[in-house]
Amino acid sequence: MTTPEFHPFLETDPDIALFRVLRDDGSTDPATDPHMPDATLKRAYREMRRLRILDARMIVLQRQGRVGFYGAAHGQEAVPIATGLLTQKDDWVYQALREQSVMLVRGFPLEKFVAQIFGNSGDVLKGRQMPSHPSGREVNHVSWSSCIGPQLTHAVGTAWSMKIKKQKAVSIGFCGDGATSQGDFHNAMNFAAVFKAPCVLVCQNNQWSISVPTARQTITKTIALKARAYGMPGIRVDGNDILAVYKVMGEAMKRAREGDGPSFIEAFTYRMGAHSTSDDPTRYRSNDEVEAWAKKDPLDRLRRHMVHKKLLTDAQDKALEEELTAEVAAAVTAVEALPPPPRESLLEDVYAEMPWHLKEQLLELQNAPPAPGHGG
Amino acid sequence: MRLKRGVLRRRGLVPMAHMIRLESVSEAGTGAMTMPQMNMVQAITDGLRHAMKRDERVVILGEDVGKVGGVFRVTQGLYEEFGDERVIDTPLSEGGIMGCAIGMALHGLVPIPEIQFADFIYPAYDQIVSELAKLRYRSGGEYSAKVVIRTPIGGGIRGGLYHSQSPESLFIHVAGLKVVCPSNPADAKGLLLAAIRDPDPVLFFEPKRIYRAARGEVPEGEITMELGKAAVAREGAHVTVIAWGAMLYEAFAAADEASKKGVECEVIDLRTLWPVDIDTIVASVKKTGRVVVVHEAPKTCGFGAELVALINEKAFLHLEAPPVRVTGFDSPFPYTLENDYLPLAHRILPAVLRTAQF
Repeated sequence: MTTPEFHPFLETDPDIALFRVLRDDGSTDPATDPHMPDATLKRAYREMRRLRILDARMIVLQRQGRVGFYGAAHGQEAVPIATGLLTQKDDWVYQALREQSVMLVRGFPLEKFVAQIFGNSGDVLKGRQMPSHPSGREVNHVSWSSCIGPQLTHAVGTAWSMKIKKQKAVSIGFCGDGATSQGDFHNAMNFAAVFKAPCVLVCQNNQWSISVPTARQTITKTIALKARAYGMPGIRVDGNDILAVYKVMGEAMKRAREGDGPSFIEAFTYRMGAHSTSDDPTRYRSNDEVEAWAKKDPLDRLRRHMVHKKLLTDAQDKALEEELTAEVAAAVTAVEALPPPPRESLLEDVYAEMPWHLKEQLLELQNAPPAPGHGG
Repeated sequence: MRLKRGVLRRRGLVPMAHMIRLESVSEAGTGAMTMPQMNMVQAITDGLRHAMKRDERVVILGEDVGKVGGVFRVTQGLYEEFGDERVIDTPLSEGGIMGCAIGMALHGLVPIPEIQFADFIYPAYDQIVSELAKLRYRSGGEYSAKVVIRTPIGGGIRGGLYHSQSPESLFIHVAGLKVVCPSNPADAKGLLLAAIRDPDPVLFFEPKRIYRAARGEVPEGEITMELGKAAVAREGAHVTVIAWGAMLYEAFAAADEASKKGVECEVIDLRTLWPVDIDTIVASVKKTGRVVVVHEAPKTCGFGAELVALINEKAFLHLEAPPVRVTGFDSPFPYTLENDYLPLAHRILPAVLRTAQF
């Protein structure tokens, strides 16, 4: 009888290799190119460009004290934009911190999106959530938990419901690398696989959970290979390569839609900015690291591809930038002027109908003097 | 270790004689002709079956709820009747059960997760507190998750600290949840159907000590009851005793003994713990001027604390004596000494008499 052999996963394992399409010169690997139609590429570029401008503007507004908080997607735009382009009307999306733009790509109006960041009376959520925690029923987009992870199981439950209802729809759940340490990650992966739920679970591995590097979350060589233990396909994709993301996300969604069950995607990427406007990354990571990743910027890489395919000139790019900057500025101007939500709304929507104790507390609220600071 | 039902039986899930006397408590089913006799388990099963027949969006999920029909057999027969897509044996993970139930509800199903014992609910606590309870609010009313969480609660079955807890106040404290605890079969079915009809998430606590001990007539088919209505289970002029679930019968036993000494108790069965029926409580306290609150959960920050605060706010000038709490102690739930821990009649009676004589 031989001794059983315990061995680590090998570098040659397929879920350790990084799936890529875009080359540094803007050309594509013909073996993997998803052949996105020109119109889709143009749309992707426009959405990614707008998101970069929007994020930069919101960070300025936060620094000026005009909005309270912001979590930017800078460096990680390829995943949400590709996802938004691929989803269909009946699909559902459960975002984590850096995928809020999926709802914009799916048609959620920019002004309402910006109103969520201001949290004023233009906000669908009535100012109840911090910035970067949006949701929108009109595009089946659900917010996430700042506790990290719970939304993954919601995505699975929604997919399971789609299966029970025999809908050909897909539910997509996002998380970061930190969330993979949570019990909810395990619950979601396991329930999705056991019940063959039509979902795609996506980890945007940006290598930092605030100040803690991925090496402190897991010692597996990649996050993608965790999928193997749950019995579902997993792939590691270059998260800064929108063509590669488009391809693997499209295939995972197709699998789900056709009844072949869940898939897991690790998008390997990098958080270019701070975790949020409350964070100072110079305390825990080097400038060299940031500069090295700046060279892999997903927007620059898509731009090189557009130029390579003769879909974009410098003049067109400049005009687009001006147009999108004006669009964002107009949305901010329109939204910033709106008043805060009415004071009474503080106690609405706790229950479908207001019970007696909240009616009493509503009177207490109405009879109180005006609140100091930023109250209504 | 998780106890199986057979073990629980062997360990003495036995009815106490005075438990079986519930016709007077139930308001449900008036006007029905001949009604079947059921215990709590059968009544809840009947309610679940009715809800599942009425509404194909209703699904049950949990540990052992399928083929075996639940460790207390509450879902018995439903797997055979509705199939494994609607009566679902899940992996052993309360957090996963609750997270998936929320995702199902967001998509329009009406999931009824079973948590095998209320003691096992804490792995799902974040999902219930941070997600389920807040979905309507945090989405500006755009989303909600209609989930009814069924779970057995309370001690008295020699289940030790992992099969005996009463965590109701941990949920009452959370804005957005409703909390129900029936005391008899007809109420159990009626309140379960009301909970399923209700648009908000509901914790439906089933007092396991009286699962089979409490028997009574249960109307067939639909029962129309409302959440948020207490029952005056026994009228009396001298002391108001507030209880729910299994402890109601201990309150009755104490009331019988008190009556022999000339003290008449008004026993209120809360039925819905939150939002509580404050009007019924205040009306009774205004009548008696004296109140004893009974619950199994530990005393400190137990629901009794809130009830006494409410009574003080709303009926202070009608009080003739300080409100008294007879509760579980501020210790973990014990195994061998559980009858010393529980607020049984032998502890309620002296509190009632002291309050009456204050």
